[in-house]
Amino acid sequence: MAELQPGAELPELAVTPDRHLTIRYAGASGDFNPIHVDEEFAKQVGLPGKILHGLWSMAQVARAQTQAGGGPHTLRRLSVQFRGMGLPEREVKVTGTVREVRDGLAVVDTVAEQDGTQIIRNAEAEIQI
Amino acid sequence: MAVNEAAVGKRYPATTYAVGREKIREYAHATFEQDPLHLDLEAARRAGYRDLVAPPMFCVVYSAPALAPAILDPEVGIDFARMVHGAQEFRWGPLVVAGDEVSTEVTVKAVEERDGKGFFVFESVSTNQDGHTVCVGTWTNIVRGS
Repeated sequence: MAELQPGAELPELAVTPDRHLTIRYAGASGDFNPIHVDEEFAKQVGLPGKILHGLWSMAQVARAQTQAGGGPHTLRRLSVQFRGMGLPEREVKVTGTVREVRDGLAVVDTVAEQDGTQIIRNAEAEIQI
Repeated sequence: MAVNEAAVGKRYPATTYAVGREKIREYAHATFEQDPLHLDLEAARRAGYRDLVAPPMFCVVYSAPALAPAILDPEVGIDFARMVHGAQEFRWGPLVVAGDEVSTEVTVKAVEERDGKGFFVFESVSTNQDGHTVCVGTWTNIVRGS
């Protein structure tokens, strides 16, 4: 468990979704939008290929917080903005910094990026400490 | 683009989702969760939980059936081909475990036009069988103008 004091950085979370991840996540979440599961459809609508579900990327941001906080019960709030798109088979990195501690909660500024581009930005988490 | 602000405040019928142990495992594997509370029944019980614990973001699974009718509502009028998921917030209460029955109610919080884009904000409130609020979600969808 990380020491969540102002200025502290969360342990970085790095994960590379495999080629079929979006299909497994579609099944797990129920979101079968073809831009996530159908390579040809995604290309037809101008995307480079199947793209990651934004809520999957948000789940990686959540996981970085619960690992730092010491369990799923510690994550009280998470708000994110989705930007750009994530792709399978490329590393996603989640980083975060504790901005302040108030009322027993660490407020964390956090982002997810891939190839140097933020795919989740302006995210804010509250972790119980 | 024109938006129909009259839909603000509209509520949709609650849906109830029965949380299954294997569904939690499936979701945990797909999101690369490693905490044994989500995967190992004995570990979850040793930690004092009745059954496998759902990861916080599993809220998207039990909320989704309640969201669909709101997003598809012709009175709200979202053009799917131009819709993107712009932002999301969740606030969590007590953890959800396998065997819980979670009921979710959705309200239209805001419909507005800014910079030629439509902003559609929905709120989901999820409550477990004991009446505790387990998750409140704020879902922001943005529809680009034509």
